[in-house]
Amino acid sequence: METLISRYRNVSILVAVLFAQVIGLAVQVRRSPDGESTRLIRIWAVSAVTPLEKAIVSLQNGVGSLWHNYIYLRGVRQENRELKEEIQSLRLQQVRLIDDAEQARRLQLLLGFKEQFISRTVAAQVIGASGSPQSRAVYIDKGSRDGIAPDMAVVTADGIVGKVLRVFNSTSQVLLIDDQSSGVGAILEKSRLQGILRGTPSGEVVLEKIMADEDVQPGEAVLSSGGDEIFTKGLPVGVVTKVSRGKDGFLRIRVRPAVDLSKLEEVLVITQRDERAPEVTEKATRAADILAQRLPSVPDKPETPAPNQPVAGESAQSTPSHTASPQSTTAAATKPAATKAVSATAASENTATATHPAPKPAPSQSDAGGKTTAAPAGHVERPQPPSASPPQADSAPAEGKPE
Amino acid sequence: MPIIYTSQDQIEVYRFGIPAAILIPLLAIFLQAFLPMRLPFMSIFDLPLLVTIFFAVVRRNPVTGLLTGAAIGLFQDSLTHQPIGLFGIAKTVVGYGASSLGVKLDVENMGSRFLVTLFFYIVHQIVYFTVARGLVQLTLEWSWPHELGRAFANALLAVALFAVLDKFKQRA
Repeated sequence: METLISRYRNVSILVAVLFAQVIGLAVQVRRSPDGESTRLIRIWAVSAVTPLEKAIVSLQNGVGSLWHNYIYLRGVRQENRELKEEIQSLRLQQVRLIDDAEQARRLQLLLGFKEQFISRTVAAQVIGASGSPQSRAVYIDKGSRDGIAPDMAVVTADGIVGKVLRVFNSTSQVLLIDDQSSGVGAILEKSRLQGILRGTPSGEVVLEKIMADEDVQPGEAVLSSGGDEIFTKGLPVGVVTKVSRGKDGFLRIRVRPAVDLSKLEEVLVITQRDERAPEVTEKATRAADILAQRLPSVPDKPETPAPNQPVAGESAQSTPSHTASPQSTTAAATKPAATKAVSATAASENTATATHPAPKPAPSQSDAGGKTTAAPAGHVERPQPPSASPPQADSAPAEGKPE
Repeated sequence: MPIIYTSQDQIEVYRFGIPAAILIPLLAIFLQAFLPMRLPFMSIFDLPLLVTIFFAVVRRNPVTGLLTGAAIGLFQDSLTHQPIGLFGIAKTVVGYGASSLGVKLDVENMGSRFLVTLFFYIVHQIVYFTVARGLVQLTLEWSWPHELGRAFANALLAVALFAVLDKFKQRA
Protein backbone atom coordinates (compact mmCIF):
# COMPACT_ATOMS: atom_id res chain seq x y z
CA MET A 1 0.00 0.00 0.00
CA GLU A 2 2.82 2.36 0.95
CA THR A 3 4.56 1.54 -2.30
CA LEU A 4 1.42 2.29 -4.20
CA ILE A 5 0.95 5.63 -2.48
CA SER A 6 4.59 6.61 -2.91
CA ARG A 7 4.41 5.59 -6.54
CA TYR A 8 1.33 7.69 -7.14
CA ARG A 9 2.23 10.32 -4.58
CA ASN A 10 1.53 13.32 -6.77
CA VAL A 11 -1.82 12.03 -7.99
CA SER A 12 -2.81 11.07 -4.42
CA ILE A 13 -2.10 14.58 -3.19
CA LEU A 14 -4.00 16.06 -6.13
CA VAL A 15 -7.03 13.86 -5.38
CA ALA A 16 -6.84 14.68 -1.68
CA VAL A 17 -6.67 18.44 -2.27
CA LEU A 18 -9.49 18.33 -4.81
CA PHE A 19 -11.60 16.16 -2.55
CA ALA A 20 -11.13 18.54 0.37
CA GLN A 21 -12.20 21.48 -1.74
CA VAL A 22 -15.23 19.67 -3.13
CA ILE A 23 -16.31 18.74 0.39
CA GLY A 24 -15.77 22.35 1.48
CA LEU A 25 -17.89 23.60 -1.43
CA ALA A 26 -20.65 21.13 -0.69
CA VAL A 27 -20.73 22.16 2.96
CA GLN A 28 -20.95 25.83 2.03
CA VAL A 29 -23.73 25.26 -0.49
CA ARG A 30 -25.71 23.13 1.92
CA ARG A 31 -25.17 24.92 5.18
CA SER A 32 -25.03 28.61 4.57
CA PRO A 33 -25.86 30.30 1.31
CA ASP A 34 -24.88 33.71 2.72
CA GLY A 35 -21.30 32.56 3.26
CA GLU A 36 -21.16 32.97 7.05
CA SER A 37 -19.27 29.66 7.38
CA THR A 38 -16.35 31.10 5.43
CA ARG A 39 -16.38 34.51 7.05
CA LEU A 40 -12.94 34.19 8.61
CA ILE A 41 -11.24 33.30 5.32
CA ARG A 42 -12.99 36.20 3.61
CA ILE A 43 -11.94 38.60 6.34
CA TRP A 44 -8.29 37.55 5.90
CA ALA A 45 -8.46 37.95 2.13
CA VAL A 46 -10.21 41.30 2.29
CA SER A 47 -7.82 42.53 4.97
CA ALA A 48 -4.87 41.60 2.76
CA VAL A 49 -6.11 43.34 -0.36
CA THR A 50 -8.25 46.33 0.61
CA PRO A 51 -5.64 48.42 2.52
CA LEU A 52 -3.55 48.67 -0.63
CA GLU A 53 -6.64 49.46 -2.69
CA LYS A 54 -7.64 52.17 -0.24
CA ALA A 55 -4.16 53.68 -0.31
CA ILE A 56 -4.05 53.78 -4.09
CA VAL A 57 -7.54 55.24 -4.40
CA SER A 58 -6.70 57.85 -1.79
CA LEU A 59 -3.49 58.76 -3.61
CA GLN A 60 -5.31 58.85 -6.92
CA ASN A 61 -7.97 61.18 -5.51
CA GLY A 62 -5.33 63.44 -3.97
CA VAL A 63 -3.40 63.77 -7.20
CA GLY A 64 -6.59 64.19 -9.21
CA SER A 65 -7.86 66.84 -6.85
CA LEU A 66 -4.57 68.74 -7.01
CA TRP A 67 -4.53 68.60 -10.78
CA HIS A 68 -8.16 69.54 -11.39
CA ASN A 69 -8.52 72.12 -8.62
CA TYR A 70 -5.22 73.94 -8.79
CA ILE A 71 -3.40 73.20 -12.06
CA TYR A 72 -5.69 72.26 -14.92
CA LEU A 73 -8.25 75.09 -14.92
CA ARG A 74 -8.63 75.57 -18.68
CA GLY A 75 -12.20 76.40 -19.72
CA VAL A 76 -13.39 76.88 -16.16
CA ARG A 77 -14.74 80.42 -16.80
CA GLN A 78 -16.73 79.28 -19.82
CA GLU A 79 -18.06 76.31 -17.88
CA ASN A 80 -18.97 78.61 -15.01
CA ARG A 81 -21.00 80.85 -17.32
CA GLU A 82 -22.82 77.88 -18.78
CA LEU A 83 -23.59 76.50 -15.35
CA LYS A 84 -25.00 79.86 -14.22
CA GLU A 85 -27.31 79.93 -17.23
CA GLU A 86 -28.38 76.39 -16.46
CA ILE A 87 -29.10 77.33 -12.86
CA GLN A 88 -31.37 80.14 -14.01
CA SER A 89 -33.40 77.87 -16.25
CA LEU A 90 -33.55 75.18 -13.56
CA ARG A 91 -34.82 77.69 -11.03
CA LEU A 92 -37.74 78.56 -13.26
CA GLN A 93 -38.46 74.90 -13.69
CA GLN A 94 -38.14 74.34 -9.95
CA VAL A 95 -40.85 76.87 -9.11
CA ARG A 96 -43.37 74.98 -11.18
CA LEU A 97 -42.27 71.61 -9.85
CA ILE A 98 -42.42 72.74 -6.21
CA ASP A 99 -45.99 73.87 -6.76
CA ASP A 100 -46.96 70.53 -8.26
CA ALA A 101 -45.12 68.59 -5.57
CA GLU A 102 -46.81 70.48 -2.74
CA GLN A 103 -50.20 69.84 -4.22
CA ALA A 104 -49.40 66.15 -4.63
CA ARG A 105 -48.22 65.95 -1.02
CA ARG A 106 -51.37 67.60 0.27
CA LEU A 107 -53.52 65.12 -1.59
CA GLN A 108 -51.37 62.22 -0.39
CA LEU A 109 -51.73 63.54 3.15
CA LEU A 110 -55.49 63.61 2.84
CA LEU A 111 -55.57 60.11 1.44
CA GLY A 112 -53.39 58.82 4.25
CA PHE A 113 -50.47 57.87 2.02
CA LYS A 114 -47.16 57.15 3.61
CA GLU A 115 -43.93 57.68 1.76
CA GLN A 116 -40.51 56.24 2.34
CA PHE A 117 -37.93 58.92 2.83
CA ILE A 118 -34.18 58.45 2.66
CA SER A 119 -33.24 60.02 5.93
CA ARG A 120 -29.55 59.14 6.21
CA THR A 121 -26.85 58.14 3.75
CA VAL A 122 -23.14 57.41 3.97
CA ALA A 123 -20.89 58.41 1.08
CA ALA A 124 -18.38 55.73 0.13
CA GLN A 125 -15.60 55.23 -2.36
CA VAL A 126 -15.45 52.14 -4.56
CA ILE A 127 -11.99 50.68 -4.02
CA GLY A 128 -12.06 47.40 -5.90
CA ALA A 129 -13.98 44.61 -7.54
CA SER A 130 -14.25 40.89 -6.86
CA GLY A 131 -11.86 40.04 -9.68
CA SER A 132 -14.17 37.56 -11.37
CA PRO A 133 -16.50 38.19 -14.32
CA GLN A 134 -18.96 35.72 -12.79
CA SER A 135 -19.13 37.63 -9.52
CA ARG A 136 -20.27 41.18 -10.12
CA ALA A 137 -19.52 42.71 -6.78
CA VAL A 138 -17.45 45.68 -5.67
CA TYR A 139 -15.83 46.73 -2.43
CA ILE A 140 -16.43 50.11 -0.79
CA ASP A 141 -14.30 51.81 1.82
CA LYS A 142 -16.99 51.93 4.52
CA GLY A 143 -17.88 49.11 6.88
CA SER A 144 -19.63 48.22 10.10
CA ARG A 145 -17.90 50.96 12.06
CA ASP A 146 -19.48 53.51 9.68
CA GLY A 147 -22.95 52.13 10.29
CA ILE A 148 -23.16 49.91 7.22
CA ALA A 149 -25.20 46.73 7.52
CA PRO A 150 -26.15 43.94 5.10
CA ASP A 151 -29.05 44.54 2.71
CA MET A 152 -28.66 48.30 2.68
CA ALA A 153 -29.29 49.96 -0.67
CA VAL A 154 -26.38 51.48 -2.57
CA VAL A 155 -27.16 54.27 -5.03
CA THR A 156 -25.63 57.17 -6.90
CA ALA A 157 -27.21 60.39 -8.09
CA ASP A 158 -28.02 58.62 -11.38
CA GLY A 159 -29.79 55.61 -9.92
CA ILE A 160 -29.46 52.36 -8.04
CA VAL A 161 -26.20 50.42 -7.92
CA GLY A 162 -26.80 47.37 -5.75
CA LYS A 163 -27.10 46.22 -2.18
CA VAL A 164 -24.63 45.59 0.62
CA LEU A 165 -23.90 41.88 0.77
CA ARG A 166 -21.16 41.43 3.36
CA VAL A 167 -19.88 43.89 5.89
CA PHE A 168 -16.40 43.92 7.37
CA ASN A 169 -14.90 46.32 9.85
CA SER A 170 -13.86 49.04 7.44
CA THR A 171 -15.02 47.72 4.08
CA SER A 172 -18.15 46.22 2.61
CA GLN A 173 -18.96 44.05 -0.36
CA VAL A 174 -21.71 45.39 -2.63
CA LEU A 175 -23.60 43.09 -4.98
CA LEU A 176 -24.31 44.95 -8.23
CA ILE A 177 -27.71 44.83 -9.90
CA ASP A 178 -26.21 43.14 -12.99
CA ASP A 179 -25.13 40.07 -11.05
CA GLN A 180 -27.19 36.98 -11.78
CA SER A 181 -27.98 36.43 -8.12
CA SER A 182 -29.39 39.93 -7.58
CA GLY A 183 -33.07 40.84 -7.81
CA VAL A 184 -34.68 44.26 -7.68
CA GLY A 185 -38.39 45.07 -7.62
CA ALA A 186 -38.91 47.40 -10.57
CA ILE A 187 -41.75 49.25 -12.23
CA LEU A 188 -42.07 50.74 -15.69
CA GLU A 189 -42.59 54.47 -15.43
CA LYS A 190 -45.40 54.96 -17.96
CA SER A 191 -47.24 51.65 -18.12
CA ARG A 192 -46.80 51.03 -14.34
CA LEU A 193 -46.11 47.35 -14.97
CA GLN A 194 -44.13 45.69 -12.22
CA GLY A 195 -41.44 43.09 -12.67
CA ILE A 196 -38.18 41.80 -11.27
CA LEU A 197 -34.87 43.17 -12.47
CA ARG A 198 -32.12 40.56 -12.71
CA GLY A 199 -28.62 40.27 -14.04
CA THR A 200 -27.69 37.61 -16.55
CA PRO A 201 -24.53 35.48 -16.75
CA SER A 202 -23.35 37.65 -19.64
CA GLY A 203 -23.68 40.81 -17.55
CA GLU A 204 -26.87 42.19 -19.07
CA VAL A 205 -29.77 43.44 -17.00
CA VAL A 206 -33.26 42.17 -17.82
CA LEU A 207 -36.72 42.89 -16.47
CA GLU A 208 -38.65 39.68 -15.90
CA LYS A 209 -42.16 38.57 -15.02
CA ILE A 210 -44.05 40.93 -17.30
CA MET A 211 -46.69 39.17 -19.35
CA ALA A 212 -46.06 38.79 -23.07
CA ASP A 213 -49.33 40.51 -24.02
CA GLU A 214 -48.32 43.79 -22.38
CA ASP A 215 -47.12 46.69 -24.49
CA VAL A 216 -43.67 47.86 -23.48
CA GLN A 217 -41.68 50.18 -25.71
CA PRO A 218 -37.92 50.74 -25.82
CA GLY A 219 -36.95 54.01 -24.23
CA GLU A 220 -39.33 53.71 -21.28
CA ALA A 221 -37.77 54.46 -17.92
CA VAL A 222 -37.60 51.78 -15.23
CA LEU A 223 -37.88 52.76 -11.58
CA SER A 224 -37.57 50.86 -8.33
CA SER A 225 -40.95 49.68 -7.09
CA GLY A 226 -40.03 49.38 -3.43
CA GLY A 227 -41.36 45.83 -3.36
CA ASP A 228 -37.99 44.34 -2.45
CA GLU A 229 -37.89 46.39 0.77
CA ILE A 230 -34.31 47.37 0.01
CA PHE A 231 -34.64 50.18 -2.51
CA THR A 232 -36.93 53.10 -1.90
CA LYS A 233 -39.73 53.43 -4.40
CA GLY A 234 -39.14 55.66 -7.41
CA LEU A 235 -35.36 55.52 -7.71
CA PRO A 236 -34.09 55.43 -11.32
CA VAL A 237 -33.07 51.94 -12.37
CA GLY A 238 -32.51 52.23 -16.11
CA VAL A 239 -34.06 52.49 -19.54
CA VAL A 240 -35.65 49.77 -21.66
CA THR A 241 -33.43 49.07 -24.67
CA LYS A 242 -34.93 45.98 -26.23
CA VAL A 243 -38.16 44.06 -25.85
CA SER A 244 -38.64 40.53 -27.11
CA ARG A 245 -41.08 37.73 -26.44
CA GLY A 246 -39.73 35.01 -24.17
CA LYS A 247 -40.50 31.31 -24.36
CA ASP A 248 -42.12 31.21 -20.94
CA GLY A 249 -45.04 33.53 -21.70
CA PHE A 250 -43.27 36.58 -20.35
CA LEU A 251 -41.55 39.46 -22.09
CA ARG A 252 -37.77 39.58 -22.10
CA ILE A 253 -37.02 43.23 -21.52
CA ARG A 254 -33.41 44.29 -21.70
CA VAL A 255 -32.59 47.29 -19.56
CA ARG A 256 -29.62 49.62 -19.71
CA PRO A 257 -28.79 50.53 -16.11
CA ALA A 258 -29.04 54.21 -15.21
CA VAL A 259 -25.62 53.95 -13.59
CA ASP A 260 -22.53 52.87 -15.51
CA LEU A 261 -21.67 49.91 -13.31
CA SER A 262 -18.27 49.41 -14.90
CA LYS A 263 -17.08 52.87 -13.88
CA LEU A 264 -18.23 53.27 -10.33
CA GLU A 265 -16.25 55.64 -8.17
CA GLU A 266 -18.41 57.16 -5.46
CA VAL A 267 -21.66 55.78 -4.12
CA LEU A 268 -24.15 56.48 -1.36
CA VAL A 269 -25.25 53.79 1.07
CA ILE A 270 -28.76 54.37 2.39
CA THR A 271 -28.33 53.64 6.08
CA GLN A 272 -31.71 54.81 7.28
CA ARG A 273 -35.15 55.07 5.74
CA ASP A 274 -38.26 56.49 7.32
CA GLU A 275 -41.83 55.80 6.47
CA ARG A 276 -43.95 58.80 7.23
CA ALA A 277 -46.73 60.90 5.87
CA PRO A 278 -45.59 63.56 3.42
CA GLU A 279 -44.90 66.95 4.94
CA VAL A 280 -46.48 70.06 3.55
CA THR A 281 -44.09 72.94 3.88
CA GLU A 282 -46.51 75.67 2.83
CA LYS A 283 -49.40 76.85 4.97
CA ALA A 284 -51.90 74.09 5.38
CA THR A 285 -54.59 74.26 2.75
CA ARG A 286 -57.40 71.80 2.71
CA ALA A 287 -58.14 69.88 -0.44
CA ALA A 288 -61.79 70.95 0.01
CA ASP A 289 -60.73 74.55 -0.29
CA ILE A 290 -58.74 73.81 -3.41
CA LEU A 291 -61.69 72.01 -4.93
CA ALA A 292 -64.05 74.80 -3.88
CA GLN A 293 -61.81 77.31 -5.60
CA ARG A 294 -61.86 75.31 -8.77
CA LEU A 295 -65.58 74.62 -8.86
CA PRO A 296 -68.14 77.33 -9.71
CA SER A 297 -69.43 78.72 -6.43
CA VAL A 298 -72.02 81.12 -5.04
CA PRO A 299 -71.13 84.56 -3.73
CA ASP A 300 -70.15 84.65 -0.06
CA LYS A 301 -72.73 85.51 2.55
CA PRO A 302 -72.52 88.94 4.17
CA GLU A 303 -70.15 88.84 7.10
CA THR A 304 -72.34 90.80 9.58
CA PRO A 305 -75.79 89.30 9.81
CA ALA A 306 -78.82 91.52 10.16
CA PRO A 307 -80.48 91.59 13.60
CA ASN A 308 -83.56 89.76 12.30
CA GLN A 309 -81.57 87.23 10.35
CA PRO A 310 -83.47 84.01 9.74
CA VAL A 311 -82.14 80.68 10.92
CA ALA A 312 -79.54 78.90 8.86
CA GLY A 313 -82.04 76.58 7.28
CA GLU A 314 -84.07 79.42 5.88
CA SER A 315 -80.96 81.11 4.65
CA ALA A 316 -79.83 77.98 2.95
CA GLN A 317 -83.18 77.41 1.39
CA SER A 318 -83.22 80.89 0.01
CA THR A 319 -79.86 80.42 -1.68
CA PRO A 320 -80.54 79.97 -5.38
CA SER A 321 -77.61 77.75 -6.20
CA HIS A 322 -76.81 74.39 -7.65
CA THR A 323 -73.49 74.14 -5.85
CA ALA A 324 -73.04 73.99 -2.13
CA SER A 325 -70.61 76.47 -0.71
CA PRO A 326 -68.63 75.08 2.19
CA GLN A 327 -69.52 78.07 4.32
CA SER A 328 -73.25 77.47 4.14
CA THR A 329 -73.07 73.80 5.10
CA THR A 330 -70.64 74.54 7.90
CA ALA A 331 -72.88 77.25 9.23
CA ALA A 332 -75.80 74.90 9.30
CA ALA A 333 -73.85 72.28 11.13
CA THR A 334 -72.62 74.60 13.87
CA LYS A 335 -75.95 76.01 15.06
CA PRO A 336 -76.90 75.66 18.72
CA ALA A 337 -78.77 72.62 19.95
CA ALA A 338 -82.08 74.51 20.16
CA THR A 339 -82.26 74.83 16.41
CA LYS A 340 -80.58 71.52 15.71
CA ALA A 341 -83.60 69.69 14.35
CA VAL A 342 -84.43 72.51 12.05
CA SER A 343 -80.90 73.13 10.94
CA ALA A 344 -80.27 69.44 10.35
CA THR A 345 -83.25 69.27 8.05
CA ALA A 346 -82.19 72.50 6.43
CA ALA A 347 -78.69 71.23 5.90
CA SER A 348 -80.10 68.10 4.39
CA GLU A 349 -82.23 70.17 2.05
CA ASN A 350 -79.27 72.35 1.24
CA THR A 351 -77.21 69.38 0.29
CA ALA A 352 -79.99 67.99 -1.81
CA THR A 353 -80.30 71.29 -3.55
CA ALA A 354 -76.62 71.36 -4.08
CA THR A 355 -76.25 68.00 -5.71
CA HIS A 356 -79.59 67.48 -7.38
CA PRO A 357 -82.14 70.06 -8.31
CA ALA A 358 -84.93 67.89 -6.90
CA PRO A 359 -87.36 69.99 -4.84
CA LYS A 360 -88.01 67.35 -2.20
CA PRO A 361 -85.13 66.27 0.06
CA ALA A 362 -84.55 62.59 0.29
CA PRO A 363 -84.91 61.13 3.78
CA SER A 364 -81.89 60.17 5.82
CA GLN A 365 -81.86 57.10 8.02
CA SER A 366 -80.95 56.67 11.64
CA ASP A 367 -79.33 53.76 13.35
CA ALA A 368 -80.06 52.51 16.83
CA GLY A 369 -77.81 55.07 18.39
CA GLY A 370 -79.63 57.87 16.77
CA LYS A 371 -76.75 58.78 14.48
CA THR A 372 -77.46 59.71 10.95
CA THR A 373 -76.09 56.98 8.78
CA ALA A 374 -75.65 56.40 5.11
CA ALA A 375 -77.27 59.08 3.10
CA PRO A 376 -79.44 57.88 0.25
CA ALA A 377 -78.47 58.11 -3.35
CA GLY A 378 -78.07 61.62 -4.56
CA HIS A 379 -76.63 62.89 -1.30
CA VAL A 380 -73.06 63.88 -0.80
CA GLU A 381 -71.56 63.23 2.58
CA ARG A 382 -69.85 66.32 3.86
CA PRO A 383 -67.18 65.95 6.50
CA GLN A 384 -68.31 67.45 9.78
CA PRO A 385 -65.95 70.00 11.20
CA PRO A 386 -64.61 69.26 14.67
CA SER A 387 -66.76 71.93 16.27
CA ALA A 388 -69.98 70.42 15.03
CA SER A 389 -71.94 68.67 17.76
CA PRO A 390 -73.27 65.23 16.87
CA PRO A 391 -76.98 64.92 16.18
CA GLN A 392 -79.01 64.42 19.36
CA ALA A 393 -81.07 61.33 19.89
CA ASP A 394 -84.21 63.39 20.23
CA SER A 395 -83.75 64.93 16.84
CA ALA A 396 -83.16 61.63 15.13
CA PRO A 397 -86.79 60.61 14.64
CA ALA A 398 -87.54 63.96 13.10
CA GLU A 399 -84.69 63.49 10.65
CA GLY A 400 -85.58 59.89 9.99
CA LYS A 401 -89.19 60.55 9.12
CA PRO A 402 -89.93 61.19 5.52
CA GLU A 403 -91.92 64.28 4.93
CA MET B 1 14.49 24.17 -31.63
CA PRO B 2 12.93 21.09 -29.99
CA ILE B 3 10.43 21.81 -27.25
CA ILE B 4 10.16 18.25 -25.95
CA TYR B 5 12.86 17.03 -23.60
CA THR B 6 14.62 13.76 -24.28
CA SER B 7 16.28 11.56 -21.65
CA GLN B 8 19.62 13.16 -22.39
CA ASP B 9 18.44 16.71 -21.82
CA GLN B 10 19.09 18.40 -18.52
CA ILE B 11 15.88 19.76 -17.04
CA GLU B 12 16.43 23.06 -15.33
CA VAL B 13 14.41 23.55 -12.16
CA TYR B 14 13.97 26.96 -10.61
CA ARG B 15 12.79 28.25 -7.32
CA PHE B 16 11.67 31.61 -6.00
CA GLY B 17 12.57 33.58 -2.92
CA ILE B 18 9.92 33.71 -0.21
CA PRO B 19 9.09 37.40 -0.80
CA ALA B 20 8.60 36.80 -4.51
CA ALA B 21 6.63 33.59 -3.92
CA ILE B 22 4.21 35.46 -1.66
CA LEU B 23 4.12 38.93 -3.15
CA ILE B 24 3.77 38.03 -6.84
CA PRO B 25 0.53 36.02 -6.37
CA LEU B 26 -0.77 38.69 -3.96
CA LEU B 27 -0.02 41.43 -6.46
CA ALA B 28 -1.71 39.46 -9.24
CA ILE B 29 -4.85 39.02 -7.14
CA PHE B 30 -4.78 42.66 -6.12
CA LEU B 31 -4.44 43.86 -9.73
CA GLN B 32 -7.20 41.48 -10.80
CA ALA B 33 -9.54 43.10 -8.26
CA PHE B 34 -8.36 46.66 -8.75
CA LEU B 35 -7.69 47.21 -12.45
CA PRO B 36 -11.09 46.23 -13.94
CA MET B 37 -12.72 49.05 -11.96
CA ARG B 38 -10.49 51.58 -13.70
CA LEU B 39 -9.88 49.77 -16.99
CA PRO B 40 -12.90 47.56 -17.72
CA PHE B 41 -11.22 45.73 -20.62
CA MET B 42 -8.74 44.26 -18.11
CA SER B 43 -11.48 41.95 -16.84
CA ILE B 44 -10.79 39.59 -19.78
CA PHE B 45 -7.42 38.73 -18.24
CA ASP B 46 -6.95 36.27 -15.41
CA LEU B 47 -3.69 37.38 -13.82
CA PRO B 48 -3.83 34.86 -10.93
CA LEU B 49 -4.14 32.06 -13.49
CA LEU B 50 -1.12 33.30 -15.41
CA VAL B 51 0.92 33.44 -12.23
CA THR B 52 -0.23 29.91 -11.33
CA ILE B 53 0.87 28.61 -14.72
CA PHE B 54 4.20 30.42 -14.52
CA PHE B 55 5.06 29.13 -11.04
CA ALA B 56 4.02 25.61 -12.02
CA VAL B 57 6.01 25.32 -15.24
CA VAL B 58 9.13 26.93 -13.79
CA ARG B 59 9.21 24.88 -10.59
CA ARG B 60 8.34 21.65 -12.40
CA ASN B 61 7.08 20.04 -9.21
CA PRO B 62 3.47 18.80 -9.41
CA VAL B 63 2.84 18.93 -5.66
CA THR B 64 4.15 22.47 -5.35
CA GLY B 65 2.24 23.43 -8.48
CA LEU B 66 -1.10 22.12 -7.26
CA LEU B 67 -0.67 23.61 -3.80
CA THR B 68 0.26 26.99 -5.29
CA GLY B 69 -2.75 26.79 -7.58
CA ALA B 70 -5.04 25.85 -4.70
CA ALA B 71 -3.78 28.71 -2.52
CA ILE B 72 -4.11 31.32 -5.27
CA GLY B 73 -7.52 30.02 -6.31
CA LEU B 74 -8.92 29.96 -2.77
CA PHE B 75 -7.64 33.49 -2.16
CA GLN B 76 -9.31 34.64 -5.36
CA ASP B 77 -12.52 32.88 -4.33
CA SER B 78 -12.65 34.64 -1.00
CA LEU B 79 -12.91 38.02 -2.73
CA THR B 80 -16.00 36.99 -4.68
CA HIS B 81 -19.49 36.58 -3.26
CA GLN B 82 -19.67 32.97 -4.41
CA PRO B 83 -18.79 29.86 -2.40
CA ILE B 84 -15.06 29.36 -1.80
CA GLY B 85 -13.56 26.58 -3.88
CA LEU B 86 -14.61 27.30 -7.46
CA PHE B 87 -11.37 28.95 -8.51
CA GLY B 88 -9.53 26.79 -5.98
CA ILE B 89 -10.43 23.53 -7.72
CA ALA B 90 -9.84 24.92 -11.20
CA LYS B 91 -6.42 26.34 -10.35
CA THR B 92 -5.41 23.20 -8.47
CA VAL B 93 -5.97 21.19 -11.64
CA VAL B 94 -4.12 23.77 -13.73
CA GLY B 95 -1.19 23.92 -11.28
CA TYR B 96 -0.82 20.15 -11.33
CA GLY B 97 -1.19 19.89 -15.08
CA ALA B 98 1.16 22.76 -15.91
CA SER B 99 3.91 21.52 -13.62
CA SER B 100 3.56 17.96 -14.98
CA LEU B 101 3.79 19.34 -18.50
CA GLY B 102 6.74 21.53 -17.52
CA VAL B 103 8.76 18.38 -16.86
CA LYS B 104 8.26 17.22 -20.45
CA LEU B 105 8.22 20.51 -22.34
CA ASP B 106 10.68 23.31 -22.75
CA VAL B 107 8.66 26.21 -21.45
CA GLU B 108 11.46 28.71 -21.85
CA ASN B 109 10.61 29.76 -25.37
CA MET B 110 7.77 32.12 -26.25
CA GLY B 111 5.91 29.74 -28.55
CA SER B 112 5.53 27.01 -25.97
CA ARG B 113 4.56 29.53 -23.32
CA PHE B 114 1.85 30.88 -25.60
CA LEU B 115 0.48 27.40 -26.34
CA VAL B 116 0.68 26.21 -22.74
CA THR B 117 -1.23 29.26 -21.52
CA LEU B 118 -3.80 28.96 -24.30
CA PHE B 119 -4.39 25.30 -23.42
CA PHE B 120 -4.52 25.71 -19.65
CA TYR B 121 -6.82 28.72 -19.86
CA ILE B 122 -9.38 26.54 -21.64
CA VAL B 123 -8.80 23.73 -19.10
CA HIS B 124 -9.32 26.21 -16.27
CA GLN B 125 -12.57 27.51 -17.72
CA ILE B 126 -13.91 24.02 -18.39
CA VAL B 127 -13.20 22.89 -14.82
CA TYR B 128 -14.62 26.14 -13.38
CA PHE B 129 -17.82 25.93 -15.41
CA THR B 130 -18.26 22.25 -14.61
CA VAL B 131 -17.90 22.76 -10.88
CA ALA B 132 -19.98 25.96 -10.88
CA ARG B 133 -22.81 24.30 -12.74
CA GLY B 134 -22.60 20.88 -11.20
CA LEU B 135 -21.90 21.65 -7.56
CA VAL B 136 -23.04 25.22 -6.97
CA GLN B 137 -25.72 25.27 -9.68
CA LEU B 138 -24.73 28.64 -11.03
CA THR B 139 -26.21 29.59 -14.37
CA LEU B 140 -23.27 30.20 -16.67
CA GLU B 141 -23.22 30.58 -20.42
CA TRP B 142 -20.43 28.85 -22.27
CA SER B 143 -19.45 30.44 -25.54
CA TRP B 144 -16.56 28.96 -27.50
CA PRO B 145 -15.74 32.13 -29.48
CA HIS B 146 -15.79 34.16 -26.29
CA GLU B 147 -13.61 31.72 -24.37
CA LEU B 148 -11.14 31.22 -27.22
CA GLY B 149 -10.81 34.98 -27.59
CA ARG B 150 -10.07 35.35 -23.90
CA ALA B 151 -7.64 32.44 -24.03
CA PHE B 152 -5.81 34.07 -26.93
CA ALA B 153 -5.62 37.43 -25.09
CA ASN B 154 -4.35 35.75 -21.91
CA ALA B 155 -1.76 33.76 -23.87
CA LEU B 156 -0.44 36.94 -25.47
CA LEU B 157 -0.21 38.66 -22.11
CA ALA B 158 1.45 35.56 -20.64
CA VAL B 159 4.36 35.81 -23.08
CA ALA B 160 5.09 39.36 -21.92
CA LEU B 161 4.36 38.68 -18.26
CA PHE B 162 6.50 35.54 -18.08
CA ALA B 163 9.44 37.49 -19.50
CA VAL B 164 9.10 39.93 -16.60
CA LEU B 165 8.64 37.20 -14.01
CA ASP B 166 11.73 35.39 -15.29
CA LYS B 167 13.74 38.07 -13.48
CA PHE B 168 12.60 36.70 -10.12
CA LYS B 169 13.45 33.04 -10.61
CA GLN B 170 16.59 31.52 -9.14
CA ARG B 171 18.31 28.37 -10.22
CA ALA B 172 17.61 25.58 -7.74
